[in-house]
Order: sequence, then structure tokens, then C-alpha cells
Amino acid sequence: MSRILAVDDSASMRQMVAFTLKSAGYDVAEAPDGAEALEMAKKEKFNLVLCDVNMPNMDGISLVKALRQLPDYKFTPLLMLTTEAGPEKKQEGKQAGATGWLVKPFNPEQLVTTIQRVLS
Amino acid sequence: MPPIDITRFHQTFFDESFEGLDVMESGLLRLDPDAPDDETINAIFRAAHSIKGGAGTFGFATVAEFTHLLETLLDQMRSGNRPVTCKDVDVLLRSVDVLRSLLTAARDGSEADTATAQMVSEELGALLAAPAATVEAPAPAQADAPVAAAPRGWRIEFIPKPELFASGNDPLRIIRELTLLGRAEVICDTDALPMLTEAMPEACYLSWRIDLHADCGRDAIADVFAWVEDECDLSIEPLDGDVAEPTVDAAAVTGTASDGGEQAPGADVDTPSTPPAQDPPAAASGKPELTVIKGGRPAVAASRPATSAERSGEGGSIRVSTEKIDALINLVGELVITQAMLQQTAQHLDPVTHEELFNGLNQLNRNTRVLQEAVMSTRMLPVEFVFSRFPRVVRDLASKLGKQVQLQTVGEKTELDKSVIERIADPLTHLVRNSLDHGIESPERRTAAGKPATGTIRLSASHQGGHIVIEVSDDGAGLDRERILSKARERGIATSDGMADEDVWQLIFEPGFSTAEQITDVSGRGVGMDVVKRNIEALSGSIEISSESGRGSRILIRLPLTLAILDGMSVRIGGEIFIVPLNNVIESLQPQAEQLKSLVNQAQVIRLRAEYVPLVRLQELFGVHDAVRDPQQGIVVVLESGGRKIAALVDELVGQQQVVIKSLESNYRRVPCVSGATILGNGQVALIIDAAEIVRQGARANAA
Repeated sequence: MSRILAVDDSASMRQMVAFTLKSAGYDVAEAPDGAEALEMAKKEKFNLVLCDVNMPNMDGISLVKALRQLPDYKFTPLLMLTTEAGPEKKQEGKQAGATGWLVKPFNPEQLVTTIQRVLS
Repeated sequence: MPPIDITRFHQTFFDESFEGLDVMESGLLRLDPDAPDDETINAIFRAAHSIKGGAGTFGFATVAEFTHLLETLLDQMRSGNRPVTCKDVDVLLRSVDVLRSLLTAARDGSEADTATAQMVSEELGALLAAPAATVEAPAPAQADAPVAAAPRGWRIEFIPKPELFASGNDPLRIIRELTLLGRAEVICDTDALPMLTEAMPEACYLSWRIDLHADCGRDAIADVFAWVEDECDLSIEPLDGDVAEPTVDAAAVTGTASDGGEQAPGADVDTPSTPPAQDPPAAASGKPELTVIKGGRPAVAASRPATSAERSGEGGSIRVSTEKIDALINLVGELVITQAMLQQTAQHLDPVTHEELFNGLNQLNRNTRVLQEAVMSTRMLPVEFVFSRFPRVVRDLASKLGKQVQLQTVGEKTELDKSVIERIADPLTHLVRNSLDHGIESPERRTAAGKPATGTIRLSASHQGGHIVIEVSDDGAGLDRERILSKARERGIATSDGMADEDVWQLIFEPGFSTAEQITDVSGRGVGMDVVKRNIEALSGSIEISSESGRGSRILIRLPLTLAILDGMSVRIGGEIFIVPLNNVIESLQPQAEQLKSLVNQAQVIRLRAEYVPLVRLQELFGVHDAVRDPQQGIVVVLESGGRKIAALVDELVGQQQVVIKSLESNYRRVPCVSGATILGNGQVALIIDAAEIVRQGARANAA
């Protein structure tokens, strides 16, 4: 079973993402910010990391950048959840090494479709 | 997968959104327009951002739309494109109010105040339209060329740059996705593939040409490539005419591609190999970009200062329902009683022969007390929970009244019982408003009086013994003795010119007393100081005033730390033990015959120095028959509540002790003049006297 790390400082988003992905048959771990996510990612290898951009302690861009430095995450899909539909944030995310993004607001179906796109 | 019912996340969303609003509000109040702190602005922005994201996801469109404006403004501040002005902060604070009401309406399914929302959102819009700002237009992501009439299909040239894999993308995934749109003929171009010895194991050397026979728009295809548009050369052209190309089985391509991507990961190929010249565009543009990624962009927000105070509680706390805590407190209460019973039973035993038992009992005693304290402390909250609302109250009110006021809070970490906290919020608000409205003078008058133009209101909390003392003080004009006296006379309250200041100050607690010359919407909401005093007394607390003309006034509130435990005096009436709250006890005495007076209506009073205090025979009130009837044979306990006194006749004083309050109402029913019950060490139930009610009744009976 694919194991996904969902990172968001908003508990409701985290709950929604985790619940949705679990219902879709994925195994999900959660982290409230980038710093904690990075620690978790160092302890086990996740198949995909889904992270918010704006978070305390360590934001999503920095997290992606840090993950890409880890040998285990060199090619792992790293997706960003972004409300900024403008090109700048996406660009910044891509520069940091993100695989792609999912624009908020999204519904559970869109989330699952996107994840399935990457993890099939 | 079953459809997900999104409403299940609503509660969490509301909880965190309201918390977010608190963070925004306190952040905005802390924000100094002259030297805005980045982390504060970031925290405010993040809160707004999360609310917006959640609102959009969970289907609260009005909230999301409104927050979008707010977020845009904050984002400009955050990125330094916009100076932080007082006006902005004002509008932002009002936006927080609007959001709170929108969220409340969304939560309760009630009608939202759309008029105010509309007004504030227009103000936000106006701020955003201001020329100083470089507005980041919330443009839709894909504003592509108009879609031509969908042709029969598309020819896609997909030439990934060598570093495509470094972003976690995979050409195969993209091609697979394309095949969902329609039938695809895929040709893999392997020309750029170097010799194995020269190949970089992590680079992508393959490119593809895909003829997609699909009745879809160009956008649909561009979407598939959206994540990699900067990591490949891509051309999407309408497929026209007959395309007679050799077709390659997609599965075959799959194999090649993955080889290209992950071939020999351990291979020791570190010779600097440029991809062969057949693919100059990829090589040329690929190299420099690769270095960009490696070098990294300047860390945008990598090193943020450590978390600020408002998140400090996050790590080590869990939410527990108060019911569970109350159940624990109850159980501990029972344990305390059981322990006391054991102790009492053991008193009859010989300490020498039962030494071990006594040791064990002592230990039990100690542990029970510690456990009780620990459990009680779970109900304790820092007084910060109430204090935190005042910066806003003071700010709003001061600007409304045209006064300059700064608020100081001291001892926010002082803890007291949750139920007490909830019930002091209103009285404290009233006192702070009073200080601002009546106490602090206008800047002109202050300057004229040689004081700094900015007044200070100080809120402090501290522990004193088993009590918490909350102080509201200001450096304003102080209470106006003459005005209070004249007002009191006007209201028909007994006064004399020679009254001591302390007695004059007490007058403002009289019902119906208000010195405000005009009823403003600031003070004088029909709630007077008498209500404040009553509320404090309902919490078994007391309130004191001191004031110095021209220097300011100070109001002291003393409250018990908890409502679950009471300092009581146990008294015997006949064969029964009753508990009198110690707070209400003024003194106890054995009256002499000459102190007793009978009135015409059979009521009796006791002369206590200069005043007459009505005598209340508790045994009549509680129907105890074998009790002392002659006051000279018993003891009178003078009780005070609401400024009035009575003398309660009891047989004897038994002692002073802390008792755990049990609700009589929930276990039996409400009994007049009894506020609760407790269980004594011997297992006997003792009623706790409702002093306030007895004083009220006694005073009334006497007046009749």
C-alpha cells in the first residue's frame, strides 16, 4: 500500500485529506508543519508527500527543497497544495523541486484523481 | 470509493478558524505600523490563508470570497509591497469581526450580516485599489489562447529536459494520462541517448512524439503537461492531413523510458558528459538550469524565527471535555471523604499497636491532597483567556472617545478555575470600560494637569493565599466625591457630608446609581456597578475600591480559585451540622441581654456597636427542633451579603474546613436557603447555607 505524508497546518484540511485518501485505500500519515514533516520523512520513506505552502516553522517550499536533498526523496512525487492560482507560487514550488500542485479549493474527488495520476 | 461527506470536517474547520481569528486579532493589535514584525504579519497571513483555503474546500463561498480580499492585502504587506498603516490595521480588524460573524452564521445556519460584510469588503477593495500597491491580480492560472475548434487530434512533440526526473515527474505518467483522452500513437526518439559510459544515470535523454486522436481542446492537453511545462520543450499542433508514421506500441515505449530514467542508479559515470549534439536545445538550456536548482534560490523563508508565543500551547496539550474533568473532580472529592472517614475511624485505635496502619493512612492523606490539587489544576486556565480580549476593547473604545490609552496587563499566566474565568469576563469588561469612560481624561485635560497625554489602564492578576486578586487600575482623574454624593442624594440614597471616602465609593455599588452625565453606548448599558458587584459576589468574591483625586482609581476583586471547593465554617444547629461560607462571615459572638431588642412585629434585632442587625433563627428556617432558642445560650454568626447583614443564631461553632461542594439540585432538588451540600469526614451530609439568600430574607422580614 502506498504511504502518503499529508502536511498542512490546518487541522480541518489535514483531516479531510487524510480521510479522503484513506477512503481511497492509501495509508496516510499527517504532519502539522514542514519541520515535523521533514523529521518524519527522515525516519521512513513515504511514496508521496502532499504539503501546504504556508505553514509555521517551515513552509512548504522549504520542505520540498529539503526533501529533494534527501537521497530517499530524489524522485519521490512531492505535491503542493496551493490557494495561489497565480503562476509565481507554482514557479517557486517547481524551482524548489516540487513535482506538481493541486489548487485549493479542491474536493475529495479531485484530490483522489490527482493522487492516482501520480501513484498508479 | 464511497463519496466523502465533507460536512464531517466542518466542526474542526470552525474550531480552527475561530482560533485563527484570535491569532489574527491579537497579531493585528500587536502590529506596530512603524516597525512591523515579519513573523507577526506572516502569522496573520497564514491564519487568513488557512481560513480561506478551508472555506473554499468546505463550501463556504461567502467566507472564502471575503477572506480572499483580506489575504491579498496581507500578502502585499507580507511581501513588503505595501507599508503597514494604522488605517489598514483598522480595516483588517473590522474584517476579522466580519469574518467572525460570517463564520458564526455559517456554523449556526443563521442569517449573516451581509450589509456590514459588504461595507468592509468595499473598504478592503478600496485599499487594494490604492495606487501604492502592486496588486497581484488573482488571475486564473490558465489564460490560454482561445481554443480553436477541436480538430481531429493533436500532434505533440514532447522533449523533456535532462533534469525532468529531479522534480519527481515521470514522462510515462504523462503519456499514460494522455491516453485517457483518446487513442495515442507514441513514438519514442532515442537519438539523444548517449553511450552507457557517458550517460548520466539520473538524466532523461528520451523524447516523444505523440499523435493523439482525441476530440479534446488544446487546454486539456496543456493541463496534462502543466507540471512539467518548464522542464520540457513542448509543442502541441493540430493533427491535420493523413499522418502516416510508423507507430510504436505504447507498452514498448514504457519499457524504454523507465530504462532511460532509472538506468544503473549506482553506475559510476561521473565523467562530465554533455548529451550528444543531436539535441542541442535540451543540452543548452538544460545545463544552466541544473546549476540553478543545485545552487538553490536564496532561502525564501527557510530560516524563520522560532515559533511565537501563541503556538506555545500547541505541542503539549490535548482537548478534554469538561465533563470528564468534572467527573474526575467528583471522584477525587469522594476519595477525600473516604480518606477522612478512614482517618476518623482510626482515631479510636491504639497508635502503637497499629503503627503501620497509621503510616499508611498518613501516606494516603498526603497522596489524596496532592491528587486533589493536581486534578483541580486541570480545570485551571490562565487569566489570559479573559485579559486577551481587552487590548481590542481598549483600542476600539479609546478611538471612539478620542482618548489615548495604553493597556498594561500583568500576571496573565495566573490560573483560576474555568467556570470563574467565564463569569468574570463581563464584570471586568464593565470595569475597564468605566475606567476608560469616566477615569481617563481627554489628552488635553491630561496635558493641562501635567500628566502624560496617554493614559494607562492596568490589569493585573495575582495569587494571594487561596484567592486570586484581579486589579483594574487607571491613572485618570479618580472618583469624583462631590458628584457621587450629589448623585446619591438625587437618587434618595442616604448620605452625609462627613462620610469617609471609602463609604462614598461604596455608593456607586447602589442599585440604579450611575454618574455618567449622559447615557453613552460606552458605559451605561443599563448595567451598573451594582450588577458587577452582584456578579462578583455570586462567585463568592469581593470587590474594593480605592481612589485618589487626580491620580486615578483602583478596583480590587478577590475571587476564590475554584467554585468546586469552599472555605467553610461548620456550625451545629441541634443535631445537625451546617456549613457557612467563610466569605460571608463577619464575626461571631455570644450576645448579652442588653444587646437584644424585640421589635413590635415580633422580629428581634441585635445591637452591634452602632448598628442593629436582624436576628435570624436558622433552626426555624431549616426546621430543626432540638436547637437552642435563646440567643444568650447560643452563638450568633454575623453574615454579610450585598452590603447587608444579619445575625444567624446557631448552637455552636464546630470548626473551619475546606469542603467539596456537591450540587443538591442535581442530586435531589433545589432547597431554599441552601446552596449545596458536602460530605463530612464521618460520612454525614452537611448542607451549605446560601448566605446571600438568608441575608436577603432576613432583611426583608425585618423591614416588614
